[in-house]
Amino acid sequence: MTSFKSITAVCALACTLLPTVSRAADDVATVRAELQTLKKDYDARVAALEARIAQLESAVAAPVASAASGPPPTPPAPTRAGNSGATAFNPALSLILVGRYASLSQDPANYRIAGFIPNDGDGPGQRGFSLGESELTVAANVDPYFFANATIAVQADNHIDVEEAYFKTIALRDGFVLKGGRFFSGVGYLNEVHAHAWDFIDQPLIYQALFASQFTQDGAQLKWVAPTDTFFELGAEAGNGANFPGTELDKNGLNAYALFAHLGGDIGDSTSWRTGASWLDERANNRMFDDGVEAGVPVQNAFTGKSRTWMADAILKWAPHGDPTIHQLKVQAEYMHRDEDGQLFFDGPGATLGGPYKSAQSGWYLQSVYQFMPRWRVGARYDDLDSGTPRIGLIANGLFSSAEFPVLLPASPRRVSAMLDWAPSEFSRLRAQYAWDEARAADERDRQFFLQYIYAIGAHGAHKF
Amino acid sequence: MLRLIRSVLLLVCLGAVLPASAAIKVLATTPEWAALTIELGGDRVNVYTATSPFQDVHRVDAKPSLVARARSADLVVAAGAELEIGWLPVLLQDSGNPRIQPGSPGYFEATSQLSLLEVPARVDRSLGDIHPLGNPHAHLDPHNVAAVAKGLSVRLALVDPSGAQYYAERGTSFQARWQQAIVRWEADAAPLKGVNVVVIHRDQAYLCHWLGLIEVAAIEPKPGVPPSAGYLGELVAKLTAAPPRMILRNAYNDPKAADWLSERIHAPVVLLPYTVGGTPEAKDLFGLFDDTVKRLLAAPK
Repeated sequence: MTSFKSITAVCALACTLLPTVSRAADDVATVRAELQTLKKDYDARVAALEARIAQLESAVAAPVASAASGPPPTPPAPTRAGNSGATAFNPALSLILVGRYASLSQDPANYRIAGFIPNDGDGPGQRGFSLGESELTVAANVDPYFFANATIAVQADNHIDVEEAYFKTIALRDGFVLKGGRFFSGVGYLNEVHAHAWDFIDQPLIYQALFASQFTQDGAQLKWVAPTDTFFELGAEAGNGANFPGTELDKNGLNAYALFAHLGGDIGDSTSWRTGASWLDERANNRMFDDGVEAGVPVQNAFTGKSRTWMADAILKWAPHGDPTIHQLKVQAEYMHRDEDGQLFFDGPGATLGGPYKSAQSGWYLQSVYQFMPRWRVGARYDDLDSGTPRIGLIANGLFSSAEFPVLLPASPRRVSAMLDWAPSEFSRLRAQYAWDEARAADERDRQFFLQYIYAIGAHGAHKF
Repeated sequence: MLRLIRSVLLLVCLGAVLPASAAIKVLATTPEWAALTIELGGDRVNVYTATSPFQDVHRVDAKPSLVARARSADLVVAAGAELEIGWLPVLLQDSGNPRIQPGSPGYFEATSQLSLLEVPARVDRSLGDIHPLGNPHAHLDPHNVAAVAKGLSVRLALVDPSGAQYYAERGTSFQARWQQAIVRWEADAAPLKGVNVVVIHRDQAYLCHWLGLIEVAAIEPKPGVPPSAGYLGELVAKLTAAPPRMILRNAYNDPKAADWLSERIHAPVVLLPYTVGGTPEAKDLFGLFDDTVKRLLAAPK
C-alpha cells in the first residue's frame, strides 16, 4: 500500500511541478504553500482509495453485494407492478370464434336419438356453412375474496346466451372453494369443458341425450380438495334445476342436487390420470316433448317425476416426460345411467290422459386422441346407448299401443367418429371430422362430414386437466 | 353409502390429525427455482417440483397431482412473467388455498426480482408466442440467480418467521459460494466471448447475454413457432455463408431440428442441461453452470 501511495504522490508531484518549474520560481513561498495543499489533497484521495479497497476485500471474503468481476447483475426492479395480472384493473378478455361446414346424408330436421326423450340440444346442427357460437369471456378477481367470470355466447342466429356467469371464492381456507351463479355442473368429465376445448366437434351422444349437450346449474357449488398428495376432491351442488332433464318448478325450494368425487394422480413422469363418480337428482314438472302424430296433429307428451343420473368417468393422458410438444395420447371414457320415475301424460287430440312411467337408460363413450407429430392429432370415438324398455302405464292398461309412443320405442343408438386436427398455434385449430351416426336407427345411418375452425384472441386462457 | 361416508370422514380426520411436519411445503414450477429453494431453505423446506427438466414449461397440463400439491403448499415459487400462464392460474384457483394466491406472501415470482431482457415493444400474437413482460427464462445468468436468491431468502423468512436466522445464514453462505463460483465460471468462459451461436427457442438469451455469446439465428422463426421448410432453407443459406461455432440445444428440445441444421452447416450441436437435472452432471445449480460452461468450452472449434 505504501509503495502505491508514494508512486501516486510522486506522479502527482511530477505533474504539478513541471508547469510550476517552467513558470520560473517567482515566489518560492507560494509554490511551497501550493505544494503543501496538493499533498494534503492527494493524501486524502489516497486514503479514500485505500478505504475502498479494504471494503472491497472484505466484501470478497464475505460477499453479499455485487461481484468483483464480470458484468453487474441485472438490478432488481421492485417497483415493477409484477406478479403478472391482466392489464391494470381491466379484466382479462378473450373471444373465441368458431365456424364450420357440415355435409349430412340425412335431413338434420328429423334427427333424434332413438328411445330417449328428445331435448333441444341434440343433433348435428345445420347443413352447409354455419357460424358457431362466438364466446366472449370476461374474468378477473373482484377483491381479495372473490373471482368472477362471465362467458357470453352469441349464437349464429343473433340471440345471446349467458353460458356461464359465476363468482368463486379465493380466500376460503383448507381446500374449500365456493362457486355461485350460473356454471357448468361439475358432474362427469366433459360437462365442465367449454365447446372450444372439446376434442371433437360435438358432444358424445350420451351427453346430448341426457343433458342436451351440457348440464348447466343456476345455483351454488362447494368443492373441497383433500390435503393429500394424491388428488382427491369432493363437490356438492344445489341449483334451480331449470335445465333438462329438470324443469323450472314454481316453488321456493331447490331442485337439482349434485354430488361428485374426483381422484387423480401421476404414474411416473409421463402419465397422469383422473377418475370421477357423480350423482345428479332432479325433478321435472310437465317436461314437454313431441312424440309422433295422431290423426294428423302432432302429439305433445309430458313427463312429471324424478330424474336421477349416475355417472362414472376416467381420463388418462400420456406424453413422453409429460411434455406434449411432440407426442401426446389422451384416452377418456364416461358411463351414465339414468332412472326416471313419475307420470307420463299423453296430450294428443282430446282429453289429456296420464299414467305411471318408469325408465332406466344408459350409455357410454370411449374416445382417444393421439398427437402423432407436433400440431397434428388424430382421434376416434365410439358412442353406445341403451334406451331400455320404459314401463308406460298407459300401454300396460291397454289404453294405448306402444306404437303410439314412437319416440320411446326401445333402441340402441350408436355412432363412430373419426377426427383429424391441426393447431398451427395454441390459439388456432382447424379440424375435420367424419361420423357414422346410427342414432336414429341402424338402417338410417347418417354420414356426417364436418370442417371446423376455432380461433382464440385476447387473454391467454388456462385450461383445466 | 354409509361406509363411503365413514371412509370419507376418516380421511378428513386423518388430514386434520396427522402431525404437520416442521418443514414448510413449497411448490416450485421449475427445477432451477426448486433447486434454489433447496439451497436456501435446507431442511426447513419440503420442495415439490411441478415440471421435469425434459418438459417445455410453456406446455404443461394443470394435472390433478399439481392441484393436490397446491392445496397444501405454504409457498409457490414460480418463474413468473407469464411463463406458467397456461396452467398455474388453474392450480391456484382450484387449490382452495388462500396462502398462495398472487399478492400473498406465499406466492413468489423469480422474475419479479429482475429486469428482464427482450421486453417486446409491440405485443401482438402475429409475432409468435411472445411474453409481454419480457423473456422469462432468466435463470441462465448466474447474477440473476444471486438476485433472486436475495429476494427468495427474505420471502422464506416471511413465510416461516421462526426460521429467519437459519435462512439468513444459508443465504449468506450461498451468496459467498455463488459469487466465488461466478468468478470461476467467468474466468473459464472468457474464450467464449464473441462466439457466434445458433439457438432453438429464445430461452438461451440470458446465457448468451452473460457470456457474451452472439445469437446469430434462432431455429424458431418466431417464439413458439416451428420453422417452415422455406425458413430452414434461408437459414442454411445464411449460415453456410457465415457459419456459427455451435448450435445450442436444450435437454428438453427435440433433437431433430438442431441435428438437421448441424448436418447442413457443419456446426456442432452442443447439448446444454438448460435446468437442474437436464444432464446427469447438472445435479444442482452449481452443477448446472459447471456443466453448461464445460460443454460450451468442449465444443469442437
